[in-house]
Amino acid sequence: MKPRLNFEWLHGCSGCEIALLNSGELLFSLFQLVDIVHFPLLMDHKYIADPGEEGDLSLPEADIGLVTGGVGLASHLKILTAMRRQCRVLIAVGTCAGHGGIPAMRNQWTAGQTMETVFSTATTDTAPVPDGVPALLDRVSSIDEQVRVDVCLPGCPPRPEMIIAVLEALIQREEQRLPHKSVCETCPTVRTGKGQATIHRGTVRAAYTPGEPLDRMRCLLEQGLLCMGPVTAGGCGGRDVPLCLRSRVSCRGCYGPVRKYGNQLLDMMNALASNGIDYRTIIDRTSLLRFSGAHGRLRPKGERK
Amino acid sequence: MKRAITIEPITRIEGHARIRIDLDESGRVSDARVEITALRGFEQFVIGRPAEEIPRIVTRICGICPWMHHLAAVKAIDGCFGVSPPPAGNLLRELAQVLAHIHDKILHFFFLAAPDFVLGPESDYSVRNVMGLVRSEPELAARVVRMRQLALAMLERFAGKAIHPVAGVVGGFARPMDAGEQRDLLADGQVLLDFACQSLAFAKERIFSRFVEEMLSLGSVTTGFLGTVDAQGSLRLYDGLLRLMDPGGGLVEFPVEEYDQFLAEHVEPWSYAKMVYARSWGEGISLDSSQPRGIYRANTLARINVCDHIATPRAQEELEAFRELFGRPAQGTLLYHWARLIELVYACERTLELLADERIVEPLVHHVVEPGAGRGIGHVEAPRGTLLHEYATDGNGCITRANLIVGTTHNVAPMQLCVRQAADRLIGNGAADEEILNRIEMAVRAYDP
Repeated sequence: MKPRLNFEWLHGCSGCEIALLNSGELLFSLFQLVDIVHFPLLMDHKYIADPGEEGDLSLPEADIGLVTGGVGLASHLKILTAMRRQCRVLIAVGTCAGHGGIPAMRNQWTAGQTMETVFSTATTDTAPVPDGVPALLDRVSSIDEQVRVDVCLPGCPPRPEMIIAVLEALIQREEQRLPHKSVCETCPTVRTGKGQATIHRGTVRAAYTPGEPLDRMRCLLEQGLLCMGPVTAGGCGGRDVPLCLRSRVSCRGCYGPVRKYGNQLLDMMNALASNGIDYRTIIDRTSLLRFSGAHGRLRPKGERK
Repeated sequence: MKRAITIEPITRIEGHARIRIDLDESGRVSDARVEITALRGFEQFVIGRPAEEIPRIVTRICGICPWMHHLAAVKAIDGCFGVSPPPAGNLLRELAQVLAHIHDKILHFFFLAAPDFVLGPESDYSVRNVMGLVRSEPELAARVVRMRQLALAMLERFAGKAIHPVAGVVGGFARPMDAGEQRDLLADGQVLLDFACQSLAFAKERIFSRFVEEMLSLGSVTTGFLGTVDAQGSLRLYDGLLRLMDPGGGLVEFPVEEYDQFLAEHVEPWSYAKMVYARSWGEGISLDSSQPRGIYRANTLARINVCDHIATPRAQEELEAFRELFGRPAQGTLLYHWARLIELVYACERTLELLADERIVEPLVHHVVEPGAGRGIGHVEAPRGTLLHEYATDGNGCITRANLIVGTTHNVAPMQLCVRQAADRLIGNGAADEEILNRIEMAVRAYDP
């Protein structure tokens, strides 16, 4: 019998799911590899078996559980707890599940402040903020802050072949071989060891000769562009060059820190200092944590250490 | 006995939502609503960020339509910094946008909606899905999967990252296209256009003809419509004038900069999604299904209702055939699927047009940009409806204020009416089996929310 799979999404954008659906033939391998028993984007299994009855959220038992998104609402906690209870192995898929991702940028404000801002924009009618909905939690957390997680697969989105490889390794009982290099270690741009001492605004574009391959372009950090490559987990380009670099645009850190509990802000400050670059020329340093604000890294202003 | 039915989660949609149906003592529907149960708060956490970073942050509003948010934001920040892209920059942006429409429409129609029609609304939930489609229609499924991958590969070829893109930059596009890429993309675009035309022919023969009754009746309501057109009244996805049609068919046009005079957002305590309504009609908003007020719809059917014509030949032919059958405006909720495939044909034809424009390979793709104080509004037609991003910046070019009206929110109010209508019609004496509840969900699925 094929292993059974539950796939749930929490505080994310569905980009991880779409990456998997975009993978062509690989998608058929997924269907071959496992029996999907719960996957709200693709199939009609509901939380409560009998819709007429009040009842506890019930998910099928499964060998493997995939969870995308972090935890941002009270309802996410319930689903995540049920997933952990029902799934023998639980995999955090994507940067939100592993590090909070973009939605954890909200951790710089309280839940109340966010509600107030969202429901008082210029075109919004005056009304009390909604209270008949699952409550916003005060902080967006990664899923490993809430439950035990067996495998953490980053990416915004992750590469579909990595998701399939993780599942295959699990099913064959092989050791997981997750990428462990930084973006820089997978980037072919030219490094001379001598670069700009300051960081430009993001409006400054990379200098390069159109038509020439990436290994003829000067390293973007050395060009004075803020590139998070040194402190970001690699793998976005698969066996090829990093994805953003293909557009001649610098890395913003979307795979999260290279080391599991690495701090992209502190690690980047160190990387800049050791290259003689003045970190104070970065206009918005908090944003270095834009993909990894969970684990208490981003906090409301008054609470910052 | 009074009781409530909850459908949670609504499945085969992109997002988190549930349906709640209240029944009175006699088992009749007394209330029905779609509750959007997620909020992330982008309007809060973009505050203080350097504006040029916004197009790389707001992509995460939606993993299906990141290009739409990317481009609406990049246009809005162009406005804040007072810059406009060179011709090649604009052409490359639009090409990326129409290609993103193509893979989205294939996804929605075949992966999410088609199981209801091909396998039937009454089929068991365990097979009524894309996996079931793969088993029952293996050749079709394989082709669909390959075509989606092709549209994605085309995007990656000139824009690098396809999900959560980075190639749209303030002032233009990040890198030029070369002649080799242009040639290859033209060949691939032709393959997509053939597939789009065959998809529409397949759907007409195998689906729409079998569900004629449902197309016109399931979740059917009478509303206004919102879309985007050019100066000649032709359908536009990338830019143009907003055109608002009232339920009687009367039209008003306005530039996006005046959106706040025509649209407003209503808040209900049971939904995180705000409900956009037509402020300019001066009647406020009412969700009372017997006498709705202020309600219009966006997304595919809306766009093909408000436009006078489509400027590409095959899509125009299909539009004429559609109007012949359903008139203008067409109101049937499931007709959104038909309109979606007409737009798919348009997006493929537009891809070829853009690639045939010789300016698309010009090396100048972006202008120099100086950050500063300003206000900018950017808009595109996203698959789910008109998407508006507005930002204000301070002297450093950092965000001080944001207002986002996303495609789906235009349809949140009409979805309430559709679900109420479907529930009223399908639930008798409190009896609601799995098939009936799925049919009610189909009224939501039509909007691809």
